[in-house]
This record gives sequence, C-alpha cells and structure tokens, in this order.
Amino acid sequence: MSAISRAEVSSTSPPLRRRRRGNPTYLLMALPAVVLFFVFHTYPAIQGILYSFTNFKGYGDFDFVGLRNYLQIFQDERVLAAYRFTFGFAVLATVLVNVIALTVAIGLNSNIRFRNLLRAVYFLPNILSVLIVGFIFNYLFANLVPQIGQALGVAGLSKNILGDPGLAWTGILFVAVWQAAAFNIILYLAGLQTIPYDLYESADIDGAGPWQKFRNITFPMIAAFFTINMVLAMKGFLQVFDQIVALTGGGPGTSTESVSLLIYKGGFDGGQFAYQSANAVIFLIVLVVVSLAQTRFLQRREVEA
Amino acid sequence: MNEAGKRPSTLITVLLFLGALSILFPLYLAVVTALKTPQEVAASVFALPTSLRWENFSEAIRLTNFFTAFRTSAFVTVSVVLLTLLTNSLVAYAIARNQDKPLFRYLYYYFISALFIPFPIIMLPVVKQTSAWGMDNPVGLIFLYVVYGLSFNIFVYVGYIKSIPREIEEAALIDGATTWQTFWKIIFPLLSPMNATVGILTCLWAWNDFLLPLVIISDPEFATLPLVQYIFQGQFSTQYNLAFASYLMTLAPMVIVYLLAQRWIISGVTQGSVKG
Repeated sequence: MSAISRAEVSSTSPPLRRRRRGNPTYLLMALPAVVLFFVFHTYPAIQGILYSFTNFKGYGDFDFVGLRNYLQIFQDERVLAAYRFTFGFAVLATVLVNVIALTVAIGLNSNIRFRNLLRAVYFLPNILSVLIVGFIFNYLFANLVPQIGQALGVAGLSKNILGDPGLAWTGILFVAVWQAAAFNIILYLAGLQTIPYDLYESADIDGAGPWQKFRNITFPMIAAFFTINMVLAMKGFLQVFDQIVALTGGGPGTSTESVSLLIYKGGFDGGQFAYQSANAVIFLIVLVVVSLAQTRFLQRREVEA
Repeated sequence: MNEAGKRPSTLITVLLFLGALSILFPLYLAVVTALKTPQEVAASVFALPTSLRWENFSEAIRLTNFFTAFRTSAFVTVSVVLLTLLTNSLVAYAIARNQDKPLFRYLYYYFISALFIPFPIIMLPVVKQTSAWGMDNPVGLIFLYVVYGLSFNIFVYVGYIKSIPREIEEAALIDGATTWQTFWKIIFPLLSPMNATVGILTCLWAWNDFLLPLVIISDPEFATLPLVQYIFQGQFSTQYNLAFASYLMTLAPMVIVYLLAQRWIISGVTQGSVKG
C-alpha cells in the first residue's frame, strides 16, 4: 500500500534526482570517514610540515628555525647519498620489473600448456611478506650464492655481496624485482586479454613477424597498462624500506640507505625529528613531481601510439 | 583470446617452467632449511636433511611466542578486512552518487590526492599522536589500516559504483526504502566482485605489513607476526633452521588461502587494479 501511495506522490512531486540533492543521509555516510581521515592522515601530514620548520628532537622544547633544516639537507652528504641510491634503485627496478613482467605476461597469454598452474606460480611472490622474503634471500646471499660463485670461478660472487658496499645494492634490486614482478605480470596479463585476436590474424595475413606484431599491435594496445605499471612501480620503489631492512639494514656503512629508511632511522633514533620531517616534505614534493611527470610523459606516448 | 586450432607452444611452456623455478627454488630451500639440524645447515645449503626435524617448529613457536603474535595478526587482519569492507564501500557510495555536487566532488579529490602522499611524511607525527592517545596497540593499528586504505578503496569502489545503473536504487526508493536500506540491501550485495578485490588486497596488506606495526607498536606483547620475525632475526640470526621454521609459519596462512582461492585472487586483483 505504502509503495503505491509513494509512487503517486513522487509522480506529482519534483523528480527524484532533484529531491535527493539535499539528502543528508549521504553526508552522514561520508562524515565519520572524512573526520577520521583528517585526524589520522591529513593532520599528521600538516604537523610534519610544521615540524620541518622547527628544531624539534622528538621530545622536549623546540623553536621555529625557518628554513634552516631545508638549507642543511641540501648540503648533507648522507641525505644526498640516500636520494642518489633511492633514485638509481627505483629507476633500475622499475625498468627491470616492467621488462620482465611484460615478457612473462606475453608468455602466459600465449598458447601454452599448464596455463593456470603457471599463472598461479608467477603470482605467488606477491602474497608473501616482503620482510620475510628479504630474510630468506639474505640467507641465500650469505650462503648459497658464494658457493655458486666459487664453483663458477666468478670472483664478484664468491663472497657475500650484501657485505660489499659496491655490490650490496644488486642484492636488494634482485629481491625487489623478484617479488614486485608478480603484481605487474597480472596487470599486464589483464591488459593483454583486452586485445582482440582478429588484429593478430590480419597482421598474419599481412605477413608481419613477431616483433612487428609486438611493436604495432601489442604494445600500443596495452599503452594504458604500461603507464599504470610504470607509475605504480616507480612510486613503490622510491619508498623502498622492508627489503633493505631485511637484507642490509642500509649498510655496509650507509651504502644502501634509502630515503624512507633514513627518515625512519634519523627521525626515531637519531634525534632528528624536525630535520627528517623536512626531508620527508622534500620527499613528498619529489614523489608528486615524479609521478605527475611520468603520467604526463607516458600518456602523451599513449596518444601518439 | 585463445588461438583456436593452433598447437600449444612447447618452447614457451618450457621457458615459463624454467622461469617458475626461480620463484619456487628459494621457497623450496626455505622449507628444506627449516627441517635441518644446525650442523646440517652449516654443512651444506643444498643437502637434504637426514631426518625431518619437526622440533624446529615447536622450538621456534616457543622462542618467538608465536601464538600470541599469531592471534594479534589474525585479530588485526580480520578486523581490518571486515571494517574496511563495511565502511569504505559506504563512503564510496555516498561520493559516487553525489559527484554532481561540488562538496562530494572535492571530497573525492581529497581522498584520491592522498594516494600521492608518502608514508614517511606522516610517520613521525602519527607515532607521537597514537602513543599520546593510547593507540599504540592492535586497536590503533586496525584504525589506521582502515583509514589509510580509504584513498585506494574509494578510487576503485567509486569507479565500480558508477557502472551500477541508478534505476535500481530509484525503484527501491519508490518502494519506500531509506538510503541506508538501499545501500545495505541492494548496492552492497551488487558490490561483491569489488568487495572480493578490496578484501583480498586489504588482507594481504594487513597481514604482511611491517613498517606500520614497527613504528606504532611499542609493547612487544602486541607485536604482529612480521614484527616478531624482525625481533627474532636480531636475536637468533645464526640459528637459520629455527628462523626459517618461524618464517614459514608466518607465510603459511596466506599461502594456504592462496592455494585454496588462487584463481579468484588473481582475477580479483586484476579487476580492482584495472577497472578503477
């Protein structure tokens, strides 16, 4: 009964869409989340920015010091080294992960046996804890790799590479790529499945080779996925933390110290709360600029393709 | 797309199997090492254990106080997944259905823009804040995961909700359903594929995350499993057989879930990341 009378009312009253404009229920649904998000995310971020202009150690009194922290950071060799390491690592890891993931995804998307089993195996690393994967590889780098290196007579691998300031980064790179490729493989696979098979058939008729098909069909068709994967990977790798804690702890010395690790170490244990807050603000700006520049650049490629 | 009529490529299959070995081999070595005696570990990396030392697992359980940490991790993960599904979808619904209004459009941008904010910038202040408010415990952790998941989850939920025709809700509204009823009885069930995606990704995140517990949890009694492995590694770094037994027990729950539901998990992850 009530349903009918409501229907009648609504036919004479303004359209539903306009009546809903003032519906306070929606506001009520969103409000608690907005408040909590502000309190636990935005407010700490603002605080971090404010602290960056002080000499706060994490405890006790503090004064505002203006831009002093920022000026110091640009002359701090340890900070600059962390940025150099982080960027070198992130660029290499992003490129490697995407090359490997795209190659494997094309393989997994082709006509193969045991397709589901292979897909399941290749995604496995993504469900494992980064920290524990790091610990497992730490053991392998300390014990297995030197054995293989000696057997093959490769001097560089005959010792624990994680103990060599010049080589430790390769171990971190290897583990990070080993694990991160899994997620990107699945995303590329999703992209490859959107390509209609007819395109390849007509390319076959035109006599195109595998490389031509990849260049002219596959890659342009998954350009959007390429953009997503590059941006996500870069953003993730710039914030590298767990792998480094598990493998080197930033060492030997500070040779594998990433920006995130430096902010953590200096901020909590080094009495550099304000100083590392300034570093974090710079890190924020760097991340935003890199992500936006990457998106711009890659999306322009998409259009051309 | 399946290439009908063509024979499966043996060469690609073999190459992919070889590649898969690089994934399985380290895990195999982890299992083998966890079952050795310390002498066997020291003697050779490759050699199989002469007898399976299951005591390593019970010893690791004792040393790490495994079950306490397991309960904490399970409590945090289950709570985070449930609360995330129930609350984040609701917020996304309110935003998705009001994107024609400036207020909600700005809210959407507010949440999405936070995707770009690196954790280190909030890490230091939020630790002070949670400890001052007595939230340096699993409950605080649950809070933070649910709140920090909002950005990404709103992004994927809003994209999905927009694809649900409004007519369904208008019919319910005409029948006298309130907005709340419409959400819980009609929209929430329709969100199932996206709920699965968000649930899986949130579960993996809450179970495996290390940095947030590391900075938030101060009392070792409240340590989550990854945190326990970290402390344990520092104390017993040379007892690899015990360490690996402990690592495997930490990895096991997610691996078991994955083996049971892997197809579903892979398609879920694909959906969440692509359709958003």
